[in-house]
Amino acid sequence: MPNYVALIYSPDVDWSRPEYSDEMAAYGEFGQAAVNVIRGGAVLYQTNTATTVRVTGGKGGDVVLSDGPYAETKEALTGFYLLECADLDEAIKVASMIPAAWNGAVEVRPVLLMEAPTPDSVEARRAEARASSVTT
Amino acid sequence: MLAEVLRRERRQVLASLTRLTGNLDLAEDAVQEASIIALRTWPRTGLPPNPRAWLIVAAKRRAIDELRREAIRPGKEREAITLALQRAPDDFPIGVLRDDQLRLIFTCCHPALAAEAQVALSLRVLCGLTVAEVAGLLLIPEPTMAKRLTRARGKIAAAGIRYRVPDTADLPERMRAVATTVFLLFTEGYASRSNGLHERRQPCEEAIRLGRLLVALLPGEAVLEGLLAAMLLQHSRREARFDDAGDIVLLGDQDRSRWDRALAAEGVSRAAEAIRLSSVVPERFAVVAAIAACHAIAADAAATDWRAVVAWYDVLVLLDPSPVVLLNRAAAVAESGEPAVALAEVEALEGLEEYFWWHASRAELLRRLGRSGDASAAAKRACTLTKSEAQRRLLARRYGETVTGR
Repeated sequence: MPNYVALIYSPDVDWSRPEYSDEMAAYGEFGQAAVNVIRGGAVLYQTNTATTVRVTGGKGGDVVLSDGPYAETKEALTGFYLLECADLDEAIKVASMIPAAWNGAVEVRPVLLMEAPTPDSVEARRAEARASSVTT
Repeated sequence: MLAEVLRRERRQVLASLTRLTGNLDLAEDAVQEASIIALRTWPRTGLPPNPRAWLIVAAKRRAIDELRREAIRPGKEREAITLALQRAPDDFPIGVLRDDQLRLIFTCCHPALAAEAQVALSLRVLCGLTVAEVAGLLLIPEPTMAKRLTRARGKIAAAGIRYRVPDTADLPERMRAVATTVFLLFTEGYASRSNGLHERRQPCEEAIRLGRLLVALLPGEAVLEGLLAAMLLQHSRREARFDDAGDIVLLGDQDRSRWDRALAAEGVSRAAEAIRLSSVVPERFAVVAAIAACHAIAADAAATDWRAVVAWYDVLVLLDPSPVVLLNRAAAVAESGEPAVALAEVEALEGLEEYFWWHASRAELLRRLGRSGDASAAAKRACTLTKSEAQRRLLARRYGETVTGR
């Protein structure tokens, strides 16, 4: 089954504040309703905690930092879900149940999942690379 | 004759091949090659007894060959598609054929695709036009069109727009989306002519063809009957909308003997059917068709039942309270004998300051109310908002050459 991310664009606020408890409860309800398709997700801290990293002059060049998110927008990327759905229609249906869709926006995109590297898998890849450099 | 058979069967064969392969690109290539083989073979062998089955067999073979050649697809997927093709029969029962066509239509008109991409895909995939023809029809450079089509196909594959008929719960909404796309294609041909460009009746006729197909595949649906009725009624007036010099003739001034009576009659009866099929809240297209039908059944402009037209516009406003709908309603109010009321309504509309017809309507209403100075000023403003020679000449004829600003 294809995987999708649902990127949540909403007002850039501190979701832990008490005035957002209703909204957080709505997210809790969504989480329960969509339990069969949610494979992961996260709430992002506010954009004023973000640091944008660029390396000028290509790989190995100077690291240039800027304080803030990549793009300043009225609504910010404030969270995401990872969904596993049958098709785009199902992903859209699920996305439309996310509270941000009602007052902000949710962007649905297909994703190709990568396995997170572990020390073992890194070592295996190194060995593979060595072996192929010997044969050629 | 052979080309006609191919044209008739192509969409069906493509629809079934797309289901079997799950891939529009692969299916299109296979059907294209099968058609070429048919054109080479049939003149020699004569038309096969079941041309569709013949084409399906040929296209399946081409698709299997293509799968063998290409290396990018993962082996497992390649095997699965090949197996599906090998196991599939050479022809399908009528219900399967029908569903295949619907799958193709709903995929091309999926709301996750941009409206212009839906229109382009429909012309390419559903109507079977070449990329060059689609580009010519939509007045877009061919490379741009090719890119647009590639992007749309890419999204279908990557985003997981599945090749299927929507669930019953989603069907009404998705049918409306399809109807909107087909109507957009229809107006594409309609608008181009009034913009003073060369006559392009073809988009209208392709749209009507699709409208007929939809009604045949999904009978008894108010939105689809309404769509077809609205297109037929509008198209029935095509010969009267311009005079011999190519100038716009407004509805009230049209020579109704030039209306296509057969098309209009079919449109009227389909409009009635669309209203009859509507639930408590009528479908937008059914109401649009009803308004057009009011004009079609009037022997001449003076015989128009304007109160009925206004009443239908009131229904339309409930469904779609957009400024353009309100503007058209106001025009009907003026015709029903209330130009002062109409003018007040037109002037109360917001957001149409850059819209040619808002200023042109104001000019017409001001003229009728004897305010010729204001009328000319409004006409002059309208002229600055259009590139269309025909629209400029329309105003010049009514308000004098000076309004065109030359």
